[in-house]
Amino acid sequence: MNRITTHSMALSFLRPHNYRRTLTTIGAAVLIVSVTLYLALPVVSLFFRTTPELFISSLTDPSVISALWLSLTTSVISLGIVILVGTPFAYVHARNTYPGKMIVDTIIDLPLVLPPAVAGMALLVLYGRVGLIGRYLNIFGITLAFTTVAVIMAQIFVASPFYLRQAKSLFEQLDPAYEQTARTLGASPIRVFATITIPLTASGLVSGAVMTFGRALGEFGATIMFAGNLPGVTQTMPLAVYIGLEGNFNIGLTISILLVLISFAIMIAVRFLATREVQHA
Amino acid sequence: MLEANLHKHLRDFPLDLNIQVNPGEILILMGENGAGKSTVLNLLSGLLKPDMGSILLNGRDLYKSDTGICVPVELRGIGYVLQNSAVFPHLSVSENVAYGIKAHHLQKNLITDQVDRWMGLLDIQNLANVKAGNLSGGQKQRVALARALAIRPALLMLDEPFTALDTESRQSVQEAVRTCVSDLQIPCLVVTHRVADALGMGDQVCLLHKGVKRWEGRPSDMPDGKCSYRHEIPLPKNVLTLSLDTGRESR
Repeated sequence: MNRITTHSMALSFLRPHNYRRTLTTIGAAVLIVSVTLYLALPVVSLFFRTTPELFISSLTDPSVISALWLSLTTSVISLGIVILVGTPFAYVHARNTYPGKMIVDTIIDLPLVLPPAVAGMALLVLYGRVGLIGRYLNIFGITLAFTTVAVIMAQIFVASPFYLRQAKSLFEQLDPAYEQTARTLGASPIRVFATITIPLTASGLVSGAVMTFGRALGEFGATIMFAGNLPGVTQTMPLAVYIGLEGNFNIGLTISILLVLISFAIMIAVRFLATREVQHA
Repeated sequence: MLEANLHKHLRDFPLDLNIQVNPGEILILMGENGAGKSTVLNLLSGLLKPDMGSILLNGRDLYKSDTGICVPVELRGIGYVLQNSAVFPHLSVSENVAYGIKAHHLQKNLITDQVDRWMGLLDIQNLANVKAGNLSGGQKQRVALARALAIRPALLMLDEPFTALDTESRQSVQEAVRTCVSDLQIPCLVVTHRVADALGMGDQVCLLHKGVKRWEGRPSDMPDGKCSYRHEIPLPKNVLTLSLDTGRESR
């Protein structure tokens, strides 16, 4: 009796309706597992290629420290500039209709699809020593290309759209009734912006800023074209990883792991902020 | 006293309106959707600028096209409750009420006194520390009203203030508005599309149709035939009578 039950259970998936359901389940599982593995395995393998001791000892290597320091400072400065200029820009852009607004919208999005190497080339052609603007700056003794300033310029060029797009859509979505009411209550436009507009869009703005920071931190193509690869001056973490291939592989590995950890922290931060409700109803 | 003469070219028709509201009096602006009712309030508050005309509030010129006077929104001293009340969801109820007073840089203890007073008058003091985003429609409307009145406005304007409310809270908010307007002796403008609201709280009614005044007078004299939107909204006769009756009772 018992044997018969077991037997029929084992074969139950062969019955037409069960059989189809089982196949669907297996198909879905294979799909999910294979896509996830394809994305996760390379990243995970970084951690298996090193040992904790090796990782910690490489952390104190001067080239790791200088690349980490340079990357963090330039990314923070880039982010600061993007927020300071981008927030009022996005507000003015979102709240007004003006001729050529569509063109401006497209230009904002351009760096997202432009290959970073092309962006670096373009910056070089404009600001380089013999560039369209660069040659005049050169007369005054100002050189931009292959300096730390160039690193920041490349990061801003490539990463700012993440913040600008987010800020723009937040300001467009915000019900103008809040700001109008605040005005009628006696608040000046600047006061309204600081006490109503920014607080009501804050969590969205922060997640846009976090994405921008992440993109600036990982910037490689435009930086190597426009700023070069000078250790301590323009050699950011992604560039140091690239150099690690030719020199000390462990240094490249350590920096890669650092970047993975930072990226993870950024993703968690964005997830956390995205789950908090953006109020605009 | 409010005297306004407004001309503005809107997308579909020109708005051309003369209104006069005495202190302590409530003028109800009625009309079908898109008749320009909310535009009138936006023009008076300064959120929109008329093409021509004048706005005189208690002898003070807020706008005058002849002389080029146009007082900015924040200096008009008009309490304006927009549609959907627009309470600031990131602030508590007491911070909402205090918002306008703070913008006028009053002393801190004076601010607290005023906030307590208005929250008491509108019966929301028990909600003082609640985040305004979590309130019900009726509570939000009271907060918005307290916030608008707390700046001691020279004119009170309410845009569809009763749409989100059930009958009970509608009556109590109407009562609160009536009391405040007659206590402060300020003119008041209310935009609504409900006949019952006009009968329930209005002193004067102005029917708008495509930017021009169709009829003006006491709510009880309101003609059935001249109010065009009554024909446009197909209401069964008994429903209309019912709403008229409840309106009269609540008055």
